[in-house]
Amino acid sequence: MDLSTLSAAELVKRLSSGELTAESCTESFLERIKDRDSSLNSFVSTAESAISAAQAIDERRSTGQAVGALAGLPVAVKDGICTAGIATTAGSRMLEKFVPAFDATMVKQLLSADAVVIGKTNMDEFAMGSSTENSFFGVTKNPWSDQHVPGGSSGGSAACVAADLAPVSIGSDTGGSIRQPAAFCGITGLKPTYGRVSRFGLIAFASSLDQIGPMARSAEDCGLVMNVISGHDSNDSTSAKNDVPDFTQTLNDSLKGLRIGICKEHFGEGLDSEIESAVNESVKVLESLGAETVEISLPHTPYAVATYYVIAPCEASSNLARFDGVRYTHRAATAKDLTEMYCQSRAEGFGEEVKKRIMLGTYALSSGYYDAYYLKASKVRRMIKHDYDSAFEKVDLILGPTTPTTAFKIGEHTQNALAMYLADIYTVSANLAGVPAISIPCGLTSAGMPVGLQLQARSFDEASLLRVAHQFQLQTDWHTRRPNA
Amino acid sequence: MSETFTSPQFDQATRDAVSNDDVTVIIGLEVHVQLDTESKLFCGCSTEFGAPPNTQTCAVCTGMPGSLPVINERALQLSIKTGLALNCEIARYTKWDRKNYFYPDLPKGYQISQFDKPICGQGYLDITAPKGEFEPRRVELERAHLEEDAGKSMHDESQRGGNSKIDLNRTGTPLLEIVTKPDMRSPAEARAFLTELKLILTYIGVSDCNMQHGNLRCDGNVNLHIKVGGEKIATPIVEIKNMNSFRAAERALGYEAGRQLKLWKQNGKTIADAPKQTRGWNDADQVTTPQREKEESADYRYFPDPDLIAVTIEESEIESIKKEIGRLPAQWRELLIKEHGLKPYDAGVMVGQGAEVVEYFLVVAQGCGNSKMASNWVGQEVLRFLNESGEAIDAYPVSADQMTELLTKVNAGELDQTRAKEVLQEMIDSKIEVQAAMDKLGIKAVDNSEIESLCRQLIDENPDVIQQIKDGNGKAVGALIGKSRKLNPNANPGLVKDTILKMIGA
Ligand SMILES: [Zn+2]
Repeated sequence: MDLSTLSAAELVKRLSSGELTAESCTESFLERIKDRDSSLNSFVSTAESAISAAQAIDERRSTGQAVGALAGLPVAVKDGICTAGIATTAGSRMLEKFVPAFDATMVKQLLSADAVVIGKTNMDEFAMGSSTENSFFGVTKNPWSDQHVPGGSSGGSAACVAADLAPVSIGSDTGGSIRQPAAFCGITGLKPTYGRVSRFGLIAFASSLDQIGPMARSAEDCGLVMNVISGHDSNDSTSAKNDVPDFTQTLNDSLKGLRIGICKEHFGEGLDSEIESAVNESVKVLESLGAETVEISLPHTPYAVATYYVIAPCEASSNLARFDGVRYTHRAATAKDLTEMYCQSRAEGFGEEVKKRIMLGTYALSSGYYDAYYLKASKVRRMIKHDYDSAFEKVDLILGPTTPTTAFKIGEHTQNALAMYLADIYTVSANLAGVPAISIPCGLTSAGMPVGLQLQARSFDEASLLRVAHQFQLQTDWHTRRPNA
Repeated sequence: MSETFTSPQFDQATRDAVSNDDVTVIIGLEVHVQLDTESKLFCGCSTEFGAPPNTQTCAVCTGMPGSLPVINERALQLSIKTGLALNCEIARYTKWDRKNYFYPDLPKGYQISQFDKPICGQGYLDITAPKGEFEPRRVELERAHLEEDAGKSMHDESQRGGNSKIDLNRTGTPLLEIVTKPDMRSPAEARAFLTELKLILTYIGVSDCNMQHGNLRCDGNVNLHIKVGGEKIATPIVEIKNMNSFRAAERALGYEAGRQLKLWKQNGKTIADAPKQTRGWNDADQVTTPQREKEESADYRYFPDPDLIAVTIEESEIESIKKEIGRLPAQWRELLIKEHGLKPYDAGVMVGQGAEVVEYFLVVAQGCGNSKMASNWVGQEVLRFLNESGEAIDAYPVSADQMTELLTKVNAGELDQTRAKEVLQEMIDSKIEVQAAMDKLGIKAVDNSEIESLCRQLIDENPDVIQQIKDGNGKAVGALIGKSRKLNPNANPGLVKDTILKMIGA
């Protein structure tokens, strides 16, 4: 029985009925990883404890004890999220040997729902990047083409789902790090509202922007995971106290009367024409389901990338200060005094992109520059938020392409940071405003590369995103296309 | 312990210059107070002092990747309470900022502090000199902000390249940093400020202010304004760290003023010529020495901490904390002076002992109905015992009720002062109550006929003394009192004296 292409919902059903054991399910995915991941490199490590965890779940189920909502479901977790007893590297040499003593809140939630963590996925170092080329543990390939990047920073989480090495995975999204790789790899990825999922245990890149979310082959599967990982966490001061709905309950509600805004700023220069037409086709599908569409404007969109690339490095420069060679991090062997220890350890432990952003952030926060950079960026951020508030007075959702291009070639942008940063042009605004956004597959280009459609919603209205995505996926088969088919 | 004020620790030249009004010493203080919370500022770890190194730590206070801070509400409340007691404006909106710098005892690479929206804004503290060393002064406060403490570094001093050791138990304990304006004009004023501040903080129960445990730390900023011709020239500002006691603070500030005057005479450098310098107080050599400027040139790159949300403080919360404050030391002093007739100095000494001593006094004063007597007994007998034993009032063996009973007997003439002190000593030594102590000493009431026969005996046996009294030497009666004490120690000497005088018709 080939389990690899089954949806998470279907796996949970079979596990629950006893048709499938957690152990055989886990084994089957671990086998597949062993067979196929050496060329793909989507995992940094697989969890040795997964089989025994699965056995324990089977044992409990067979003796009639209660099991959680995801009992036996294999889940891959981005390596920037802490897992107790399992190495957590954040893609960095700095944390090559770091084994956390605690689980991230969201991992705890997965484990108490009896999901099985099968491994840790590759990522751009400290989530800084849009291609997963910036990992100390090597480049992850796009399952659709080994010449192309899977996107990033959650490239490993996207690639492993696209290659059927895991039914669902967990990513984190600071400026598009879930949605952009989801688009590049032809899967569904949701960045929840800021505060919806606890950040406790997520190794911070930019604290005011980071958000953990699910990646899967369908909106329905994302909803299953969202039901488990959402909710208030008293260990995270920025965690929201809002009620959490059952995200799978409203998936089949009608789209009649739903107002969808087409953001005109997302259809400008630089947008690949094949992506544009795929998105336009998607609009027709949604209209056929009863949604109304209307053109809207998010006028400060042109400033979003610049704003993001001030705020994120500023926060990162401070968040990454703790990686100093003193305790658990990489320490240079040759340092003779404290200053040397700091300088050499950080020079050796961090990759180029991370160093670049630390320097950018340090500079922007420096005395004399703070007002011109950080403060000004914070003001623009408020204006961007205000754009969304105004737009959501008129519409329920905002639609556009997830990315201006499909997956680019490995090495294509490594010498051109600006081109790389522009890959985030449609995604960063949702992080700056804190609103939820989803990317779903909506086409393939003539070159056979996947295209992503982005939908954004009001804060805490992930349910609408999942519903529209699910209804779209009932009408289309883009999300079922496989790279090797 | 009572704080006694020493004269300003100036050298002769500085003393002369100050008294001639040629030089004004300008002093500002920064005081770090550890708030008395059970757990740290952003995690649940204990703040108890003295645990083995690195045993009171968790992922949050050691800055492990992925950990996040959560504010301790109690620390906010204690900060508000302190701010109210120091007449500060309490912020309705306050937020957290990161102060970025690298140091091994700072595990996150930044300290969570408050930059531009401190919890307490401007306030003031009035100081007076009980012995008149300076005029009463209002010291204005710039602000008070809440921040987390760093850990403790223990460096290898052997110069043999040993490793430094770090203890993170203290990391993350809540500190309130109280910053004054440069309003003090002498080391004595600075000491008076610190003494009064500590008293207030202990009265309102926000900190034990234990300086040995580092729960109250003080840095001073000092420079001179020197009159030259018609102009006033300011010398470079020096920040003095490591002032480990109020006495050390007074001496360090005094020393530094003298050093600056000398230096100015040598090189004439003014505040425009040199940046602020940091010096440390060396208590052994009684000098300030330049400190390694590890942070002085640093740019801390403050920015709002994105892991914490800003705090809004409701008026109602401030009001309810206000109700918890109770009388402050200055108000107690006023009460003791106005309603109990204490001299300002005595009121100061009493209040300086802490709220519990004042409460003890009030119970005794009200109970025995004689504030003056209560003040003498508490001020002398009780405080002497506490000073000698180093104990707090709750360890004093005689309860306020028992002291009241004793003084009521004195007040009623049943015991004279001398006998009463013997009784008190017996109460302390044998840990017994008033009556038991009197029984043990054989003290019982002496009736009038006994007194009369005693006096008759004294008159009969001492004709010479009686003659002297009759000749006008009133003091001679003292000799008879002494004899009376031997014949019957319970006889009231005053009564014996009066009776003798009446009987001989003098
Ligand atoms: Zn702690």
